[in-house]
Parts: sequence; structure tokens; C-alpha cells
Amino acid sequence: MDFQNQRADDKDPAAAEEGARNGADQREHLVVIGNGMAGCRAVEELLARDPGRYRVTIFGAEPHVNYNRIMLSPVLAGEKTFDDIVINGHDWYADNGISLVTSDAVTAIDRAAKTVTSRSGRTLGYDRLLIATGSDPFIIPVPGKDLPGVISFRDMKDVDTMLAAADAGGDAVVIGGGLLGLEAAHGLSLRGMKVTVLHIMPTLMERQLDEAAGWLLKTALEGRGQTVLTGADTAEIYGDGKVEGVRLKDGRDIPASLVVMAVGIRPSVALAREAGLDIGRGIKVDDHMVTSDPSILAVGECVEHDGNVYGLVAPLWDMCRSLADGLVGKANPYRGSVTSTKLKVAGLDVFSAGDFSGTGGGCEDIVLRDASRGVYKRLILQDEKIVGAVLYGDTADGNWYFDLLKKGENVGEMRDFLIFGQAFASGGGQADPKAAVAALSDDAEICGCNGVSKGQVVSCIAKGAHSLDAVRSTCKASASCGSCTGLVETLLALTLGDDVQSGPKTMCKCTSYTHDDVRREIVAQGMKSMPEVMQKMHWSTPDGCSSCRPALNYYLLCALPGEYVDDQQSRFVNERMHANIQKDGTYSVVPRMWGGLTNPRELRAIADVVEKYNAPMVKVTGGQRLDIFGIRKEDLPAVWADLNAAGMVSGHAYGKSLRTVKTCVGSEWCRFGTQDSTGLGVKLERMTWGSWMPHKFKIAVSGCPRNCAEATIKDFGVVCVDSGYELHVAGNGGIHVRATDLLCRVSTEQEAMDYCAAYIQLYREEARYLERTAPWVERVGVDYVRQRIVEDGVGREALRSRFLFSQSFSQDDPWAERAAGADREQHAHMAQVRPINLEAVA
Amino acid sequence: MIGEWLDIGWLGEIPVRGSRTIPVEGGEEIAVFRTGDDKVFALVNRCPHKGGPLSQGIVHGHSVACPLHNWNIALATGEAQGEDKGCTPTIPVKIDGGRVLICRASTVQAAA
Ligand code: SRM
Ligand SMILES: Cc1cc2nc3c(=O)[nH]c(=O)nc-3n(C[C@H](O)[C@H](O)[C@H](O)COP(=O)(O)OP(=O)(O)OC[C@H]3O[C@@H](n4cnc5c(N)ncnc54)[C@H](O)[C@@H]3O)c2cc1C
Ligand code: SF4
Ligand code: FES
Repeated sequence: MDFQNQRADDKDPAAAEEGARNGADQREHLVVIGNGMAGCRAVEELLARDPGRYRVTIFGAEPHVNYNRIMLSPVLAGEKTFDDIVINGHDWYADNGISLVTSDAVTAIDRAAKTVTSRSGRTLGYDRLLIATGSDPFIIPVPGKDLPGVISFRDMKDVDTMLAAADAGGDAVVIGGGLLGLEAAHGLSLRGMKVTVLHIMPTLMERQLDEAAGWLLKTALEGRGQTVLTGADTAEIYGDGKVEGVRLKDGRDIPASLVVMAVGIRPSVALAREAGLDIGRGIKVDDHMVTSDPSILAVGECVEHDGNVYGLVAPLWDMCRSLADGLVGKANPYRGSVTSTKLKVAGLDVFSAGDFSGTGGGCEDIVLRDASRGVYKRLILQDEKIVGAVLYGDTADGNWYFDLLKKGENVGEMRDFLIFGQAFASGGGQADPKAAVAALSDDAEICGCNGVSKGQVVSCIAKGAHSLDAVRSTCKASASCGSCTGLVETLLALTLGDDVQSGPKTMCKCTSYTHDDVRREIVAQGMKSMPEVMQKMHWSTPDGCSSCRPALNYYLLCALPGEYVDDQQSRFVNERMHANIQKDGTYSVVPRMWGGLTNPRELRAIADVVEKYNAPMVKVTGGQRLDIFGIRKEDLPAVWADLNAAGMVSGHAYGKSLRTVKTCVGSEWCRFGTQDSTGLGVKLERMTWGSWMPHKFKIAVSGCPRNCAEATIKDFGVVCVDSGYELHVAGNGGIHVRATDLLCRVSTEQEAMDYCAAYIQLYREEARYLERTAPWVERVGVDYVRQRIVEDGVGREALRSRFLFSQSFSQDDPWAERAAGADREQHAHMAQVRPINLEAVA
Repeated sequence: MIGEWLDIGWLGEIPVRGSRTIPVEGGEEIAVFRTGDDKVFALVNRCPHKGGPLSQGIVHGHSVACPLHNWNIALATGEAQGEDKGCTPTIPVKIDGGRVLICRASTVQAAA
């Protein structure tokens, strides 16, 4: 029993209770359970309205007076002491005649008798009861969760435990990359611990931040020496008698002497539930914080109001006002709160407010990215009102946006300036943006990165730089981070009127850069992920669109073989499902038939699949293989498993990748054949299958100039002749028929293979996404290709070995992986609804 | 009210920027989407253009690009965007304690 720690301020409440019953104090008795932020604030609000109305007793489970819980983070970080964060000291309780019972949790409420009983056995009567028990940290139910050294981050006791652990030094693991977890991680690493943050979601603080801001945050934390593992699922916490480390589901082990679980909170409702009050996710209350029992109120994180529960302090202030007004008989209904979040980590400015779901539709995004300053801002507008905001790196305008959001103010008038912040928008709100730029003085700085003034830009335009690119290459304005691109474009328009030359086509509406710009920068800056590219290259949308995402995914995959993790959700359906979608939503399946060769075993397996899955059609394709139609997405893995069992792999008939290698019979059988065209075709296909490319890629090998394999309308074609092999490139048989250009003649099969590999890699590295070899070669010229592949032997060898290196990662049959259970969710329904009783069956 | 919502599973079962399907016996399949900022939307799994399975499209922002002819459909309203005209029925959906719930009444309607 912890009587030692108990301290009753003012007077012993039991004695006070006695006195009250004897008529010494006739006032109604208000008992508060929870000496935290909401409980005490409610009492403060009540005292401000009617100080003498209630006799007040507060029970607190913690040994402390009322302190500011949100400042525990600065205490942990060493920026504040406990004394700094006390809100109400002992004198406040004494001055207001409040009985405070510390270190004694209330364990039962008897609503019939109107009493509460505490752990130490005290029983007190109440007229009004206020439940303000806050939240309980959520503990993930993994083995080892109860080991000494595993804690949560909720109260001063937790902070003391963390400080003691930090004193002992060593490694800490923080589970949970939300607000709380990151603040804990920050404090611990300032205190000298080596910290690893484990976050189950792909990005940090995903409830408050979008992917771009989450990525910036992760990069910044890593820059400060923390290890941040996203997508990390904890399997167990291990240790002998005390924690020694954390094991992830993927098998990784992270040693740690301290584990902080900060994965979320749950309203603390056990007491109220046992007392029979209405409970949803929290204790249900009305607009004056009254529970289902009219004598009992509840406030703070433990309540559910209008379907909402809150985990931040701002709503508590509003709730406490409505509650106190209600207690003194004044109507002031609580109507719910809109919240905003700020991360309290010194030097990292992160702000988020509102909701990004845009439930009514018609939402638009305004995005500003300033890579050189590490700034990302995104506003979500609906019907000309701000409904959400995410700010990273520059949060100065957070409160202004939040204010506009809460007031539901119409921002249509200043829409064009809004993202630049209050100072800019209120100054130039009504003005024409062009006029604002025209009004700038000649020495006003336009490009901060390169220190270029307006006068310099204008004179460079006057001297003939009539496009954005020309300006960039002459005076360097907008050539670095690009954030002044809009200003430069306005200057072009002002100076030239209608004569502005529109530059090369940008990649899509999300960016002002071209495919070539993006590719070049990905390699030059060593970018590693899609959010990184979008941030550094100022994407104007939060997560791109269906045209840039597949392109970026390919560029990164090509630049970082074996390292970049393919993003399935950025792939067109066919590549995601490894089959071709048909107009009725079913799929067609084309197994690879190397060089067009097949055998009874394969044919039998195909025949069996057609029968087993009732495929309505099977057809010989124009690419010398068989296509099975009408397979449902649920059946695909099973179909693949059957085909794999007969030794067949995916034919990639769906991919921006190598499709088929068409061959003719060649010297083995044909009376005209000069070389083994079938054999070479098979070898080429074995070397090139599985490779991802800017567009589809087809190869053919004909055994003589009669060219039965139609090699001269393929992306790469070989025509065998007596003296060797003619290599042809950039043919196309599709929409615009284009016959190939002759690249060169070689004398051995090996050379034909080597040139093919080098040529493919050149195409992979330099063509734009969705550009087939025919338009690519027309653009760069066949002479350029010849120079790189034929004349530059060293370069050819380098290209070839880069291709083979990348192939070493891409020749795992995607069907085999799926058949073995990978990405199961792509093929299975999430649940089914049966109309008889309309039950969802997960 | 009990039974107003149908519990279809955990949010984590839907890939970020992806979707999952829910067949309704005797009715139209429903697609439940999860966006990059972790919002959830439910629509009938049928493009207003020529019936393409929207669940298989690329999810970007709060839109999905239909896999058949690349129409962009707003997830919140089911409305085709840009020049294209047409609308797919939406189904109210909510998250409660990490569980995804879809509106029973609208599911019945979509089934009818
Ligand atoms: C199945 C097949 C037709 C057949 O039954 O024979 C076929 C079917 C399709 N072709 Fe093809 N093409 C097929 C051989 C061809 C050929 C002939 C060849 O490869 O020798 C050509 C002309 C040669 C060429 O590509 O240069 C051909 C030129 C096209 C084009 C135009 C490409 C161009 O650059 O102009 C498209 C459209 C596109 O890719 O954007 C296309 C697109 C398509 C798509 C993928 C349309 C689509 O996006 O859904 C069709 C998929 C049907 C399906 O679900 O299976 N298909 N297509 C052939 C599959 C070959 C294989 O085994 O993989
Ligand atoms: C480290 C940290 C940082 C935070 N940072 C922010 C921030 O930056 N911004 C923000 O808005 N919010 C922040 N929060 C959240 C904020 O602290 C809470 O929203 C707020 O404290 C909730 O107030 P409450 O009174 O409902 O709960 P609490 O403040 O938790 O008070 C509940 C009290 O009741 C006591 N209690 C529980 N059961 C019993 C019982 N049976 N008998 C007696 N006593 C009991 C508990 O011990 C506790 O002292 C942070 C929280 C933490 C832990
Ligand atoms: S030519 Fe190709 S794309 Fe056109 S209908 Fe035939 S298979 Fe489809
Ligand atoms: S069916 Fe969806 S775009 Fe045509």
C-alpha cells in the first residue's frame, strides 16, 4: 500500500466529508477523478464562474500536482525541468479550498449510493462526479511487452525511467513514429542514446503528414543520427529478465536496453464502464459533457463527443468551458473541435491541421516546394475554403492558415498568393500577379540560388533568351532549385508579350521539368525515392499522377538496380497483375515460349489450365506464343502455379519490358538458313527477359535475308547472312510502320549478343518513358547510337555490363513469387457481402 | 444504431495508394480505396465510361485512373474529371479503431 506517498492538501477529505455531513459545509460536493490537464482545467473554469458553488475534491493517480503533460517532451530533451511545467502548485489547491488526494486512484464508482472508492480504501460521497481519467497508452500485444525496460511515454514517471536509462547509456528503440514517438526519440538521442525508431507505416506521422512531408522529416531525423525504419513490424521484444532488444517480423534484430512504446492511446474508460455508463470509443457525453448519468460528467481524452475522441489539448479547453457553463446553469454547447498539430522537436518545423479527405469532393491542392530551403507546404482547398494544411520547414503561417480554416473564410480572392503566406497574400491579395512582378525594382532579387536580379533577367531576355531554358542557360536564373520559375516566366511574358517560346514538353502537369531534366537530376543528385524526387524537383501535387508515377518508378528502378524497391502502386494494372486486363475486367495470361519453341509438356500444361479454369479462348499471338483469355484475378496465382510446374515463366506480354523474341527455323532445318537463328533467338531471350524498359521491346532473328521473322520491324532485329549477323535497330510494326536502320554487321553470335545488351541499356538509360526505340532513335539519330555502340568499344562494354548487372536482379519469375503467396491482397477480395443477412465476411 | 455499418476488415489490409474489392452477392462489386494520405473511399467497382474495374487503376491524390481508358474518377464523389462526363455511385465509409466500415444501406442499394 502506498500510503506513504499519499498527500492530502488542505485537509483530510474523509474528515472534510464528515464535516460536510454534519452540516459544516452545505455546498454540493464535486469529486474529480483525474488530476490531469482536463480535470484541473475544468475546475479552474468553474472557479472563474462561481468560486463558492461547489466543494471540490480531486483524486490523482500520479504523485504530483497538476502539470503540463505536453511539456514532458521538453523535460526529456533537457529544455525544461519538472518545476517549470507545473500548472497549479500546492498553493492553488489550498487557496481554493480544494482537497487533493495524490497517488490514490479511484477504483470504483457506486452510482446508486453516489460514492467513489479509491485503491487505498477511501470512500467519498459526491453530488456531482467529474471523470477526467485521460488515456492509457496502447501496448502492442507482443511477447516481451512486460519486460523491465519496456515503457510508454505518458507521465513524469516514464520520463524519469527514460532519464535513468539514458544515464546508463546504450541503445534505445522507440516503437511508433507519430508525434509522441518522435519527441521521445529526439529527447533520448539528445541525452546521448543511440536511437532507432520503428514505424509500421511507410511514412512517419502519417496521420498528420502526407508522404512528402513525412519523407522530409525522416531525412532530417536520419541527418541527426537517428535510425528510422519504416514498414517495420515488431514481432517480439526479447531479453533475459530485462529488455535486450527488439525483433522484427522480417527477422531483423535491434539491440536495446530501453524500449519506448508510443503507438497510440486509448481513452481510459474502464472505471466508467464498470459503473455502467454509456461507452463508445470513449465515455459518451452530451454538449455539456454530461454522461448517460445526469450526476456524472466527463471531460478530456477519456470522452467521446458526437462520435469523436481527441488526443490533443486544444479540444479540452473548449470542452472545459462548456462543462463549466453547464455546471453553473448556462447554456454553451460544445460543438466539437478542429485540431492542429505541431511537432515539438527543436529545429524541425512541422505543422498540420484539418482534414485532407475532402469528403464533399471538389478538393484542390496548392503545393509549394522549395528544395534549397527544405520547405514543403500544401494547402487543401474546397469550395474556396481551406480545409487542411501541411507545412514543413516553414511553419510561420501555420496559425494564420489554421485560423482561416476554423473560420471557414473564403480565400478565393487571395488564392494565387495564399501559399506564400500572410505577409505576401495580404499585401498583394487583390493585385494581378503580373503587376506585382512588374512593380519590382530592377535590383530586386529573382533567383536566390544564383543571386540574379530582375534587371539581369530582363536584359538577358532582351539579348535573345526567349525561353525558360535559354534564360536558365544564360543568366542561371531558375537553373538551380527552380522555385523562382514562375517569376522568370512572368518576366518572359512581360518582356516579350506573346513571343514567349514554349519550352520542351514537361513531364506532366505535376512538374515544370521535362523527362530529360528529371532523369538527369535523379542520377546527378543520387536521388533514391519517389517522394525525394517530388520534393527536390518541386512537384506541384502531393503524390503525382498516373502519368508521372510510372515514369519515376521506372527511372529510379533503372538508376538503382537491386537497390530501389519497386512501387507496385505506381504501376499500370497489367504490370501490377502480371497479366493483361481485358475489357470485361478479366485477364489474359501469356507464358513465355523461348524463341517461339514449345514442347508437349508445355502444351499439355496450357491445355490443362484452359480446361481447369474454363478459359473461354486460347489463341496463337502475333508474337509466336499462346494467349489464354478470361482468367479472373482471384485465379491468377493458381494458374501461374500450374504453368510454373511445367517449367514456364511469365511472358511479360503486359510489360514495358522485353516482350518476345521471334525466330524462324534457320539453318537447323531450312534449306536457305545461314545461321542458327532459332538458337540465337533463344539465347537472346534468355539474356533479356524480365528487363524493365521505357516501353515494350521486341526482338526477332531471321535466318536469312528472306526475313521470315520480320526482324526489320523490331526494336532489335538480327538478319543472319553467310558472313555473320546484320544488326538492325529501331523498327516498329505498330501504328506507324518503320523499317529498321542497319546498325552494323558482326561476325559472331557472341558479338550479336553483346551489341544487343549494350543497345538495350543505352535505350533503358536515355529514352523517355513511353518512348519506343523507333521515335527515340529518330530523335537522337542513328549516328549517335552507332557512335555509342559500334565505335566506342569501351563504352559498349560498360553498357553491356550495366545491363547484365541490372538483369541479375530482374530475372526472378514474377509469377512464381505470386504463386508462392507474394502480394496476396492483389488477388483476394477483402471481404464479401451476402445479401441474405447482409453480413460482411472478412 | 447497431448494424448500420458493415465491418469489412482492417485499414492495413488495403495497400496505400491501392484498393481492395468486396463482391456483393447478387449485386455490384465494391472497391475500397486507400489514398497516399491514408483516407478511405468506397465506390462501386465500375467505371462510368465502359465499366472498367476502378479497383485496378492507379490511385493518385484523391483520384483513380481507370485501367481501361485512363479516365480519372474523383474518389470522393465518383465523378469523372476533366472533359469526361459520368459518375460512379459512392458508398459511405468510415474508420473506427482501425477497422473499415461501409454503409449497409448503400451497399444494399448498390446490390439492388
Ligand atoms: C496478343 C497480341 C495480339 C494477338 O493476339 O496476336 C497483342 C495484343 C495487344 N496489343 Fe499488340 N499484340 C500482339 C502483337 C503485336 C504486334 C506483332 C508483333 O509483336 O510481332 C504488334 C506490331 C509490332 C510492334 O509492336 O512494333 C503490336 C502492336 C501493338 C501496339 C502498337 C505499338 C506501336 O508502337 O505502335 C499496341 C499499342 C501500344 O503498345 O501502345 C499494342 C497493344 C496491344 C494490347 C496490349 C492492347 C492493350 O493495351 O490492351 C493488346 C493486349 C491484348 C491482350 O490482352 O492480350 N500492340 N502488337 C499480340 C501479343 C504478342 C505476344 O505474344 O506478346
Ligand atoms: C509526451 C506528450 C506530449 C504531448 N504533446 C502534445 C502537444 O504538443 N500538443 C497537444 O495538443 N497535446 C499533446 N499531448 C497530449 C496532451 O497531453 C493530452 O491531450 C492531455 O494531457 C489530455 O488531458 P486529460 O486531462 O484528458 O488527460 P491527462 O492529462 O492524462 O490526465 C488524466 C489524469 O488522470 C489520472 N487518472 C487516470 N485514471 C485515474 C483514476 N482512476 N483515479 C485517479 N486518477 C486517474 C492520470 O494519472 C492522469 O494524471 C502530449 C502528450 C504527451 C504524453
Ligand atoms: S490490334 Fe492489338 S490492340 Fe488492336 S484490337 Fe487487336 S489486339 Fe487489341
Ligand atoms: S472504362 Fe474506364 S475509362 Fe473506359
